[in-house]
Parts: sequence; C-alpha cells; structure tokens
Amino acid sequence: MSDDRFVHLEKVSVAYGQGAEQTLALCPTDLMIGKGDFVALVGPSGCGKSTILKLVSELLQPSSGNIFFGGREIGAKPIRVGMAFQSASLLPWMSVRDNVRLPLKIVPPFKASFREKKDAEYKDRVDDLLEQVGLLDFADKSPWQLSGGMMQRANLCRALIHDPDLLLLDEPFGALDQFTREELWQTLQTLWLDRKSTVILVTHDLREAAYLANRICVMSARPGRIIEDRTINFPRPRSIDVTFEPEFGALVQELRALIVHAAPGVQEAAA
Amino acid sequence: MNARTQKFASTGLIVGVFVFWELFCLAAGISELVLPRPTQIVAAFLEYAHAIWPHAWQTLYTTMVGFFFGVLIGLSLGVLIGSSKLAYDTAYPLLVGISSIPKVAVVPIFVLWFGAGTVPAILTAMIICIFPIVVNVSTGIATVEPELEDVMRSLKASKAEILWNVGLPRSMPYFFASLKVAITLSFVGSVIAETVASNKGVGNMMMIASSSFNVPLVFAGLMVLAAMGISLYAIFAVLERRMAGWAMRKHN
Repeated sequence: MSDDRFVHLEKVSVAYGQGAEQTLALCPTDLMIGKGDFVALVGPSGCGKSTILKLVSELLQPSSGNIFFGGREIGAKPIRVGMAFQSASLLPWMSVRDNVRLPLKIVPPFKASFREKKDAEYKDRVDDLLEQVGLLDFADKSPWQLSGGMMQRANLCRALIHDPDLLLLDEPFGALDQFTREELWQTLQTLWLDRKSTVILVTHDLREAAYLANRICVMSARPGRIIEDRTINFPRPRSIDVTFEPEFGALVQELRALIVHAAPGVQEAAA
Repeated sequence: MNARTQKFASTGLIVGVFVFWELFCLAAGISELVLPRPTQIVAAFLEYAHAIWPHAWQTLYTTMVGFFFGVLIGLSLGVLIGSSKLAYDTAYPLLVGISSIPKVAVVPIFVLWFGAGTVPAILTAMIICIFPIVVNVSTGIATVEPELEDVMRSLKASKAEILWNVGLPRSMPYFFASLKVAITLSFVGSVIAETVASNKGVGNMMMIASSSFNVPLVFAGLMVLAAMGISLYAIFAVLERRMAGWAMRKHN
C-alpha cells in the first residue's frame, strides 16, 4: 500500500433502476486520492459528484468495480469518515456542544469510554475545536440561535471531532452568502492545514474549489465521468486575495469552459 | 396581543359563558329538568360530593390504567412502525382499519369477554388512545431528515443508535402532542364503557341520575369529567414543555 492510493476507486460505476429503465449515474471511473490530499469534485448538477461521496462513505454500493482504502477492499477495515452537507442538520434539542460531541458517542474507540469522559476529556476536545472555529462562546446555545455561517462551522466541527481519516464535504457552503462563504473557506483551510486529513469536497463553486483544493477533478454531465484532473499549486496558506489574481481567474475560466462544453459520458461504456 | 391580555381574555370568556348561561336560564325560566343553572349544578355537586367521589375515583383509575397501557403499546408500535419502511407499509392499512371502528361498538364485546365493570372500561380507554400515539410517533421517526441519517450512517451508527439519538428525541414533540389528544380520548373511552356496562364510575352515575331525572347531578358529573380532563391535559402540557420545549421555541 502506498500513501498516494489512500482512496482508490477502480472502474467503479453506479446505475440506478432495473432493466431497460436503468440509468447510468456514474460511468466506470478510476480515481486515486492520496493521504492528506484535498480533492475537489466539480461539475454540473446531477453529474455524480455526490454519488462518489456516497460510495466512499459506504452509503451506496457500486454497481460494478472496486473501492479500496489504504490498499484494502472497502469494509475490510473500518475507516473513520466525517461528513457534512449543505444543510447543517444539527439536532435542535441539543446544545451546540452536544451536537459536536455526538460522533464521539457513536464512533469507536471513543464510544467505549463516552460515559466516563464525556464531561471531561471529550468536553475539552469539543471546546478546543469550537474555539478554533470561533464558536466557543456559543457552545451552550441551541443550534437555532446561530446564524447560517455559525451552523456550518458547528457542522464542520461535528464532521471533524472524531479525527476522521476521510472528510467528505457535500457543498457545505452552498447556502451561504459570499462573505460568510469566504470566511468559512479560510476556517476550513486552517483546520485542514492543522490536521492534514484527507478531504473530498463536492462543490458547484469553481472559485471555492480553486481556493481550497490541491487537486480538482472536473466531471461531465450525467452519466458522470472525470474529464479533467488538475493539480492546483497556489502556495499555502492561501489568503482570499489569491482569488483576485489573474492566474486564479484564468484557472476558474478554464474550468468553467471545460464543464460547459463537456459532452456527457458514453452510455455503452457501462455494459 | 401580549400574554397577559390573552390570559385575561380567555378567563373572561369562560366566566362570561357561565354568567350568560345562568342569566339566560333565569330570564327564560328554563326548568332545571332541561338545563340546570351553573349555581344549581354547583349546589348538586356539593350536596352529592360524598356520593360522587368514589365514582370519580373509579373513572380516573380506569382511565389512567387504560391510558398507561395505551401509551405503552402506542409508543412501542409507533417506534416499530416508524423505524422500518416495511413495517410501516405492512401495518398501516390494518391500523387505519382498526382505528376506523367506532370504539363504542366494541364495548359490548369486551363486556361479553370480561363481564361488566372495570376491565371493559380500562380496555376501551386503552384502545381508543393507541392510534393517535402510533400515528404521531411513527411519523416523527419516519421523517428524520435524510441528510441527518446519512451523517449518522457515515459514522457507522447502528439502527438502534440512530433511533436512540435522533429518531426518538425527534419524535418527542409529536408524542406529547398525541398524549394531549390521547388523554382526553381515554376519558371518552372509559365513560362510554361505564355508561354501557358498569355499576361504578361517573358515566354510570350520570346514567342513574338521568333516569331519576336528577339533571343537576348529571351536569355535576359532566363538570367532574371536565375538571379531570383539563387537569390531566395541563399535566401533559407541562411535561411537553419540559421534554420537548425545544420544538416550541417560536412561542417563547
């Protein structure tokens, strides 16, 4: 096993439905993601970006092909996954702190000692993370007392609290205004530089992808396939100013052209 | 309208209704055999308080026991049905069928099986309150946001863990809303059963009183039932606030 194949999709395809009405959501796809990498998946809606996340998080079985983690077949050795979606879906009956602490109650090895440690070690752990994203003062508040941006910060914390091997983000900032979104980009970058977890980010926003990721995979319209795989080399930590540089603008333009002109994947390729 | 004027208005309305009732009966010269005045009802209540007490106790007892088992069964069925699509689709038609039977109609069957008295009253109170609880709890559990479920599943949470940490707390507002309906329905159930076949309970007392044309006592029985219903409703409203207050934030 090598680190550049931490996540490995091998000829993975996904089809929905049965028989003649079967539609291909994802063409057979090969994708390798290195440990500690930050990969963004971009493409038109319905192109199978989220499908890839669901495959990797084992929420969905591939119709064909194999998925490996660290060289082993999926399911052989449980890997820790953190997930965050566009809707923060925090639990309204819990405080922000309890929401962020929830994964520790469920994920091994944390869950084994949740009872003893939840008010000591785990509380400090949660509070440290909340402090890092600037939410410590809101730890005892209810989720509905937070603004949209704060909810997403809490959502990120919940996805990270159990130190996942793999952080999966499905348009986490899609519903936020531009300013809040850019603030959260910086928060996410800081968290990632700090932890070096492997991240897969699904997004519609090409600037977001270009700002955050080390690598951008562009997908075609449904049935999805990866039509471009590009390494992004802006130096870290990136400030928001980088998004106004001509190089950045040119990259975003180029990606946009790729998506707009991309032909859909070939249906026969599935059979 | 602020909370204080609202309280004042609703109290005023209640008092007003009784005052109007009293004055209307006096002015129109309505006989107490048709519609007794509130003061006559209170007088009858005080006069027969000793006789009413055991009946009220019996009704409260059968209602509470029936309600308790109804909640137990309703909650378990609701959890079962709500957490499995298969169980939901399988059991729902049967549940709707059972719930559409008027519960008065089954009292004779209970009497046939268990004899007149306490048991049919408890059973009627029980079955009448199961359905609203099942519907509400299963809805609460079945409508967990799919994204939230994905977050939990990506953490490799078991079905039981998702149910315990998300489904059940999420269904609590639904559950308590249904309890408020169920407790009043339970009274309906036990009183119906007492009216049809029992020698004890407020329902039975009202039957006997009406057959001897003691109409003020019939109304006193109604008042006792209303008082018990309101008290229990209030208890569950307080419980609801404590257990599921997070769902009512807009009203605070």
